[in-house]
Amino acid sequence: MRTSGERCSSKSWITSTQVKNNKLETLEEANTIAVMALDPNKIRADFPILDQEVNGYPLVYLDNGASSQKPKAVIDTISKYYEHEHSNIHRGVHTLSGKATEKYELVRGKVRKLINAAHEHEIIFTRGTTESINLLASSLGRSAISEGDEIIVSELEHHSNIVPWQLLCEKSGAKLKVIPVDDNGNLELGAYDELLNDKTRIVSVAHVSNTLGTVLPLKEIVEKAHDQGALVVIDGAQAVPHMSVDVQDLNCDFYCFSSHKMFGPTGVGVLYGKEDLLNELPPYHGGGNMISRVTFEKTEYNELPHKFEAGTPNIAGGMGLGAAIDYIEALGYENIEAYERDLLSYALQKLKGIEGLRLIGEPEEQACVISFLLGEHHPSDVGAILDRQGIAVRTGHHCTQPLMDRYGIAGTVRASFSFYNTKEEVDILVAGIEKARSMLG
Amino acid sequence: MASIDALQKEIIEDFSMFEDWMGKYEHLIEFGKSLSPLDDQYKTEDYEVKGCQAKVWLHTEIVDGKLVFEADSDAIITKGIIGLLVHVLSDHEVDEILNTNLYFIDEIGIKEHLSPTRSNGLVSMIKQMKIYALGYKAKA
Ligand SMILES: Cc1ncc(COP(=O)(O)O)c(C=O)c1O
Repeated sequence: MRTSGERCSSKSWITSTQVKNNKLETLEEANTIAVMALDPNKIRADFPILDQEVNGYPLVYLDNGASSQKPKAVIDTISKYYEHEHSNIHRGVHTLSGKATEKYELVRGKVRKLINAAHEHEIIFTRGTTESINLLASSLGRSAISEGDEIIVSELEHHSNIVPWQLLCEKSGAKLKVIPVDDNGNLELGAYDELLNDKTRIVSVAHVSNTLGTVLPLKEIVEKAHDQGALVVIDGAQAVPHMSVDVQDLNCDFYCFSSHKMFGPTGVGVLYGKEDLLNELPPYHGGGNMISRVTFEKTEYNELPHKFEAGTPNIAGGMGLGAAIDYIEALGYENIEAYERDLLSYALQKLKGIEGLRLIGEPEEQACVISFLLGEHHPSDVGAILDRQGIAVRTGHHCTQPLMDRYGIAGTVRASFSFYNTKEEVDILVAGIEKARSMLG
Repeated sequence: MASIDALQKEIIEDFSMFEDWMGKYEHLIEFGKSLSPLDDQYKTEDYEVKGCQAKVWLHTEIVDGKLVFEADSDAIITKGIIGLLVHVLSDHEVDEILNTNLYFIDEIGIKEHLSPTRSNGLVSMIKQMKIYALGYKAKA
C-alpha cells in the first residue's frame, strides 16, 4: 500500500509529460513507463456500451461516480454463468452446485486480495455499500452502542453513511457528531480532535467523497479514533474504482464498497471487517445459510462469513464482481492511478479556463471526481444542455445534502471520470459547457 | 381570451420554426427569461411543487371566476416549460382546465428532450395544476 504522500513520488505516477520533460533518468525506466501506460482506446473497446450515440452525439459518459460501465468480460461472465453454471450454492451435493459454490468462493478470495484483508472470511458479501453500512449500524447497534455514546461522521458523507447512524441514534439515544469540511473540501481535522472523546464508539467516514472527490487522510483518522477506543467504518464506495486499498495498512475496522461502481454488476457489495470484531458482532438478517443449527428453542449461527449472509445471495453478481476484479488487476491500480491523475489535472486545468465556472472544492488530494457550478445557472440547466450533447453528468445534491448546505448551494454539476475516459472527452465536456454558457446567457 | 386549445396550437406553431434541439431550447430559455418572477411571498415550501430537481413554485387564485396560475423556478429551462403550461392553462374556467388534454407538450418536440427527472417534474406540475382546479371546483 502506498500512502497518499508516497504515491506522488512512486514511479507509477510519472506521466508522459514528465517523460517528455526528460525527468526520467534512464531508458530502462522510460520503457517500464511505456509498457505500463494505459491505452484508453484499447480499454474503451472492452466496454461495449461506450460505443454509441446519445441524442445524436457520441456518448461521453462522465457519471462513473453514480455507476461505472461494465467490461465485456464481466457481462460475459454473467451470461456464461446463467447459460452453463447456475445452481444454488452452499447447499447442494450435486456437481453444478459444488462448482458454483467453488467459483463463488473464489471471488471472496479475489476480494480479499484486492483490499489485502488478512482472511477470506473477513469478506462478507452484501447488496452494496448501503447494505454494508446498514448491517453495521444494526449489528453494532445491538452490541456496542448505548445511550450517551457518540458516533462521528463527516459533513461530506453520502446519505447512506448518515441515515443508518441517525436511525441508530434515534433508537439507542446515542449522539451523532459531525466533522466539518473546510472551503476547499478538506476535513477539519482540528475539529475532529475535539469531537473525539471516551464516549466516541464509532467513527464512520468516506474514503473518497462522491461529490468533491476529496481523498480523506484515513490513517490519521483511524489512529486517532483507535486512541479513544472507537471503531472505524470506512465507506469506500468511491475509492475502490480509483485506487488501491489496503485495509490492513489503513487498520480500519470495517470497509464497505459496491461492485457496480467498480465495473462489476449492480446488487453486490462488500463488507470487510476484522475477524475478531465480526465474530463478536450479532447477525443482521436471519434465514438460511447463516445458521449452523436451528431449533425452536435456540439457533446457533454459522461461522464467518456465512453468519452475515442469510438467504441465497446474488450469485451471478458475485461472479461478475470476480471478473471486474480480474479486469482491474490486469490493468493494475498503479496504472489506473497514474492515468487518472493525469486526466484529472488536465480536466481541472481545462475547466478552470471556462469563464464563470466555479469549482466546488479543491481538496488537497482528489480522486477523479469534479463538482462545479457555472455562473448563476442552475446545475439542472447545465446538465440538461450537456445531456442534449450526449454528455452524461450528474446534477443535484448527489445524496450529500448536508454538504450542499455547508456550501450554501442546492446542488452541483458533477463530472466523475474513469480510466476509460479520455482527454478528448474532457475537451468535449469543456465545449459542451461553453455551449451551455452561451445558450443560458 | 383564447381557448386552451387555441393557445396550444399557437405554441406548436411557434416551436415548429425550430428544427433542432438547440433552437427549441433557446426559445424555451428566452421564454423563461421573459416571464415575470413570482412574488417572493409565494416562493415558500407551501407553494412548492415536489418531484422536480429544480425548485418550482406554483400559486393560484380565482380572478373573475377564472383560475389564474403563476409559477416560477430557480432553473431557467424548467421555468420555460412551466411557463408554457401557465400560458396555456391560466385564466380559464376550472372546467375547461380539468377537461383539457395537453397535447402540445408531445407535439413541440421537447418531451423527448427532457431528461426523465425533468419529465417527472412536468407530470408533477400538470398534476398539481389540475389538483388546484379540482379543489376550486369542489369549493365552488
Ligand atoms: C460515497 C458513497 N457511499 C455510498 C454510496 C451508496 O452506494 P450503493 O448505492 O451502491 O449502496 C454511494 C453511491 O452513490 C457513494 O458514492
